[in-house]
Amino acid sequence: MDKESLVRIESVCPGKMELAEVREKLSRAKSGPQYWRSLEELAQSDGFFEMLHREFPRQASVWPESASRRDFLKLMSASMALAGLSACVKMPLEPIVPYVRQPNEVVLGNPLFFASAMPFGAYATPVLVESHEGRPTKIEGNPEHPAGLGGSDVFAQASILDMYDPDRSQIITYLGEMRAWSDYGVALKGALNSQNAVQGAGLRILSGPTSSPTMASLMDQVQAAFPQSKWVQWEPVNRDSVRAGSQMAFGQYVETRYNLEKADIILSLDGDFLSSGYPGFLYYARQFAARRNPDLKQKMARLYSVQSTPTNTSGKADHRLPVRASEVEQVARAIAAGLGVAGGGNAKPEHQRFVAAVVKDLQAHKGAAVVIPGDNQSPAVHALAHAMNAALGANGNTVVYTESVQVKPQDQTAALKELVGEMSAGKVDLLLIMGTNPVYDAPVDFGFADAMDKVPLRVQHGLYQDETYDHVHWHINGTHYLEQWGDTRAFDGTASIVQPLIAPLYDGKSEYEFIFALVGSSETAGYDIVRKYWQDQIKGDFDTAWRKALNDGYIADTAFPAKNISAKGGNLPATNSVGPEEMEVIFRRDPLIYDGSRANNSWLQETPKPIMNFCWDNGVLISPNQATKSGLKTGDIIEIDVNGRKVKGPIWPQPGHPDNSVTVFLGYGRTKAGRVGTDVGFSGYKLRSSDAPWYAETRITKVGEGFHFAHPQGFQYIDFSDLPRGESDSLYARHVIRKATLQDFIKNPDFAHEGVESPPPEMTLYPNYQYTELKWGMTIDMNSCVGCKTCIVACQAENNIPVVGKEQTERGRQMQWLRVDVYYEGGTENPGMYYQPVPCQQCENAPCEVVCPVGATVHSTEGLNDMVYNRCVGTRYCSNNCPYKVRRFNFLLWQDWTTPQYKMMRNPEVSVRSRGVMEKCTYCIQRIAHGRITAEKENRKLRDGEVITACQQACPAGAIVFGDLNDPNSRVSKIKAQQRNYNLLEDLNTRPRTSYMAIVQNPNPELEPPEPS
Amino acid sequence: MREGPEEKTLLQDVPWPDEPPVMLPGETYGTVTDTIADAVLKRPIGLGWLSGFLIAGFFVMVLLVAVTYLFIRGVGIWGIEIPVAWGFAIINFVWWIGIGHAGTLISAILLLLKQTWRNSINRFAEAMTLFAVACAGMFPILHLGRPWLAYWLFPYPSSMGVWPQFRSPLVWDVFAVSTYATISAVFWYVGLVPDFATMREKAQHPITKKLYGIFAMGWRGSARHWKRYESLYLLLAGLATPLVLSVHTVVSFDFAVAIVPGWHTTIFPPYFVAGAIYSGFAMVLVLAIPIRKFYHLESLITMRHLQNSAKIMLATGLIVAYGYFFETFIGMYSGSTYERAMLQNRWFGPYAVMYWSLILCNILLPQLLWIPKLRSNTVFLFLISLDILIGMWLERFVIVITSLARDFLPSAWGHYTPTRWDWAIFLGTLGFFSACMFLFIRIMPAISIFEMRQLLPESEVKAE
Repeated sequence: MDKESLVRIESVCPGKMELAEVREKLSRAKSGPQYWRSLEELAQSDGFFEMLHREFPRQASVWPESASRRDFLKLMSASMALAGLSACVKMPLEPIVPYVRQPNEVVLGNPLFFASAMPFGAYATPVLVESHEGRPTKIEGNPEHPAGLGGSDVFAQASILDMYDPDRSQIITYLGEMRAWSDYGVALKGALNSQNAVQGAGLRILSGPTSSPTMASLMDQVQAAFPQSKWVQWEPVNRDSVRAGSQMAFGQYVETRYNLEKADIILSLDGDFLSSGYPGFLYYARQFAARRNPDLKQKMARLYSVQSTPTNTSGKADHRLPVRASEVEQVARAIAAGLGVAGGGNAKPEHQRFVAAVVKDLQAHKGAAVVIPGDNQSPAVHALAHAMNAALGANGNTVVYTESVQVKPQDQTAALKELVGEMSAGKVDLLLIMGTNPVYDAPVDFGFADAMDKVPLRVQHGLYQDETYDHVHWHINGTHYLEQWGDTRAFDGTASIVQPLIAPLYDGKSEYEFIFALVGSSETAGYDIVRKYWQDQIKGDFDTAWRKALNDGYIADTAFPAKNISAKGGNLPATNSVGPEEMEVIFRRDPLIYDGSRANNSWLQETPKPIMNFCWDNGVLISPNQATKSGLKTGDIIEIDVNGRKVKGPIWPQPGHPDNSVTVFLGYGRTKAGRVGTDVGFSGYKLRSSDAPWYAETRITKVGEGFHFAHPQGFQYIDFSDLPRGESDSLYARHVIRKATLQDFIKNPDFAHEGVESPPPEMTLYPNYQYTELKWGMTIDMNSCVGCKTCIVACQAENNIPVVGKEQTERGRQMQWLRVDVYYEGGTENPGMYYQPVPCQQCENAPCEVVCPVGATVHSTEGLNDMVYNRCVGTRYCSNNCPYKVRRFNFLLWQDWTTPQYKMMRNPEVSVRSRGVMEKCTYCIQRIAHGRITAEKENRKLRDGEVITACQQACPAGAIVFGDLNDPNSRVSKIKAQQRNYNLLEDLNTRPRTSYMAIVQNPNPELEPPEPS
Repeated sequence: MREGPEEKTLLQDVPWPDEPPVMLPGETYGTVTDTIADAVLKRPIGLGWLSGFLIAGFFVMVLLVAVTYLFIRGVGIWGIEIPVAWGFAIINFVWWIGIGHAGTLISAILLLLKQTWRNSINRFAEAMTLFAVACAGMFPILHLGRPWLAYWLFPYPSSMGVWPQFRSPLVWDVFAVSTYATISAVFWYVGLVPDFATMREKAQHPITKKLYGIFAMGWRGSARHWKRYESLYLLLAGLATPLVLSVHTVVSFDFAVAIVPGWHTTIFPPYFVAGAIYSGFAMVLVLAIPIRKFYHLESLITMRHLQNSAKIMLATGLIVAYGYFFETFIGMYSGSTYERAMLQNRWFGPYAVMYWSLILCNILLPQLLWIPKLRSNTVFLFLISLDILIGMWLERFVIVITSLARDFLPSAWGHYTPTRWDWAIFLGTLGFFSACMFLFIRIMPAISIFEMRQLLPESEVKAE
């Protein structure tokens, strides 16, 4: 009804209510509780019933006079909503732009891909999100993003489950009771009014670190409005050492970036740049893999690793030096001294040979060498690394320094300490916590929770009602990055707009909207906030530029330019280290749970951790030697005592770990994580104080035994060098891992096939299949594989693989279709480590096909071993006959049929299996079918690279290559033609379609004992 | 005058010195019939039988509960996993089928070989076979992930146009076991027909008479009946004979056709068949010794039968030992990494205790059967038979579990631990078997009456 008519009716029959008026009243209530309250109020008013009779005579006629308000609501709510009386106003138009890889029109069943970016800590992980009918179902890498190069990491792959997590907080609460956003707005306004008088002296914002330009601008606005307020950033696994190191070296905070494609020699000082979560990991993994191609011959890169806890990076190294974390600095000083850098020192006698060889090698490759220090090492190590890089002429070549990507970098620990002091002293009136969980992970000596309780008004904005939730007044449920507008920067500074794939599932507010409420209207949408910021930044045609940014997933030319600075040398005070006789405890972020924020992600909990290969727990890593010395064995539980603070945890003997040291992973022992993560493992944060965040002195005592780890890899420690040299087979080796040094490879390129019996192609009972059309094949390059496990999580997301839990994993029933095995070589003190992903090998002579009684596993015309779920009766003979044991069986019903969020999350192109059926890797047949259908519709052949399996797409190093073997020009055909290519268990004549590229290492001849030929 | 096969009556039975007779002297048609039939018709239900039956019945209840829970929750309630995807279910399946073979051997092969001493043990041995096959037949259905679709393993014209995949040994199992069950049931029933007629005559109670009469199918014992009967009996024996060898051969193909080291050996068919007869005779003795004692059948089931069974056990035990030895020898001699590792795994791996117990139970202890005095001692025979049954169960355990737990890729190795549901179903089938045997003894003649009569001197066909 238009306004004029309304006015007229009002004048004609005053006091009468009209439908339009009711609608307008209800539309003012924007959120759930408000809407219902409005309805209640309306139900009380007299005019309402009168209107009801006029407008809805049928419903009103059955309305008994004596009925109560509640009954009315019950009866009427549905019909009113249907009649358009609900509070649904037309949502403002917020167009999101799809990445044009699929046809423009939305065809049901065809997914659309949108580019976005996942803010992880302060850095962006560029992603493409696959969306089915308006629901995001899978995360992939963005091949065009300059910082991502197409790969992704475990956190990006698992983030889809984070969004659909049913344990996410869904409501705004005040002291535990549900409230509306407008209620919060009122409370906030009151608090801010009093802050205005003191210029915001009592306002503190505590958030995680960010690189978002929009957030930076918002914080500037907050600072402008409340000049005395402070913004503290806190992340438990933070880069304070990195920042302090750059202060020491350059007098300012800088971002350090490496160009590994230019590096001939890489020295890692406990620097884990090949692990998920390290800024730039996607970039480094791919570059490193490219430089490790043995066909480069003498230009093949060499990696030295001085490491404490064994990591992916140390596993790829040609030479490793296991030292305690507190002793890495001494080694660094010795190498620095060798390079002529001031502040050097001497190495221990047993390390001197290593140091000398490294120094010589680095000097021989000046300009093409780089030293990468670890985030968890002392600032001195970082300063030394900067100085060493300068001495090696790396600046501008292998190392680039830029402005800090993180907004307003600060010493987070010091800032948090100051905040705690202020809270304890009562100086803080209003505390806003956003994107961080300090009650769980703040340094234990701060007593954050107690200090926090002194603040009169505490507000938390977050995705979960976590440990901090118990200490706040207001809790605002936040939006996941897939539900919000925002922006972020990658490790090189390239900015990306974060665009949402779905409206917020639970009406949450984004961080931008949350902060904007401090300086502007609380009704402003995140879209407007972000867009407005960029309108001021982008010159020229904004709309086109905006659409392009959303299309591409990044804004071109926003990478930070290199700074021309040089490291100040100079004497550095030695960092306090742990005494040589004392036991050291090392704190590290968990490779899959990160700092605890991912504890409720069941995919990450169930994925076996890199190197250790156990899941659902955090163990205390200890070297096998040390375990024996301390009288411990696997399954024993020890108590770790750091300065009187004690925590109990089970030990895990890990080959390659230095002696006299234990490693504790952070992120476990959460008390309020949700149904998955609560009470899993023990919390390392209880031991971690601000003066010793990365390593500390400790005492360990055995307090129990009989702990069982869920360790899917059957035989933990497979050492294939346990026979005297010269034996061509070991009882365990079975030629599974084939490796050689670069020198051997150059002399003998066919080393991978030596001494292995390979049956001739004619040896078959049945005539060979003729593959006339497509012939799918896959290769996995073990030289590139860093063991990050991203492929496993990607496969789980793509194929709707269920999670089974710790007890079932202990029973050997984990369901992941892909596993990454780790093999060791050369004893338990400093073994070589090799990673081998094993999916279904899609054998041409598949042993599983012969033995299925109902024909549920059959061979396709394209060479795939197809698994027909609905024919499988579950005899499991196929699994028995599979020599690779890649088939997984649904022994029980593990799929969650009921939780509604999971129904939205699942990939609709893949059947969801129930109990009693066998499943296995299918070479992503849904993607093959998709590609084939697209090609047929366009009347052409499939192109190489058009069908990409989920694991291939996810791999940051590009180790997995898949394609058509009938096409001689396809990448996979070319790789299979190489001599390094071999099949697993060739002698069984299974003829697998998945093959492996043998490992070639590049050891320094001066450090190696001469190899027997 | 008909010229049938020469039945060996007692007159032609010439025992070795010190060898006990096939039937104790002094028996007549009447006494033989009465001894056997009265055990059913006249003997009251004693406390012994009742308590035995109730205990067996209790385990039948356990079986029912376990099976129900299995169908509700799924096969994951057992201890199976990947890589050990087959556990107790298959072990028990093979064990039960193996046990059944002795019955068929006694009924069919010994008949064709004219070993008439088998006449007193063949009835309950065949019953044992039938019940053992019934117990065994449960497992291929129970162990399926989706047991309600078990019928897909049968070749029927399906509306989906799909047939079973005939290259799979599990489909061969379907044929072998169903053929075996059918032939055993028919053979057993045909053998019972004249005896049902006898029971019909001897029964007093009208309902009992009527029931036996129905099952006797109008048998009058006329010459024509007998002539046709003898032909049919021989025919069935002829059909059943190859089954003794083929059924367990096909079951052994479940393993031999697979590529798993420890399974993939050509010695399995004869080795399994020998083992089946080994365990089968052990079960025959386990049943015969109490039955003859408690039902006072010592004159009909004499020491001869017990000794002969013991000798067959010893012989087949030696064949089984030969099988073990050659598996080991060829495994080492082949030089194959996988075979050698498999052997090492059996000797020193996580299940080494099972392997060495197996050697003790199956090879070492039964060598005591060489001693004649022990062969005549019923207590010893009973105990050694139990030991052999346990040993044969352990053999299947070692074959199935240790081979699967550690095979080609060490990264995939696993461990199998049975759960209480595994045990529940196993003990449940033992209970089911026992309950069936208890019922059998009570309602049917445990010994073949007409065949025992054929042994008596009176039944000798005299030349005219």
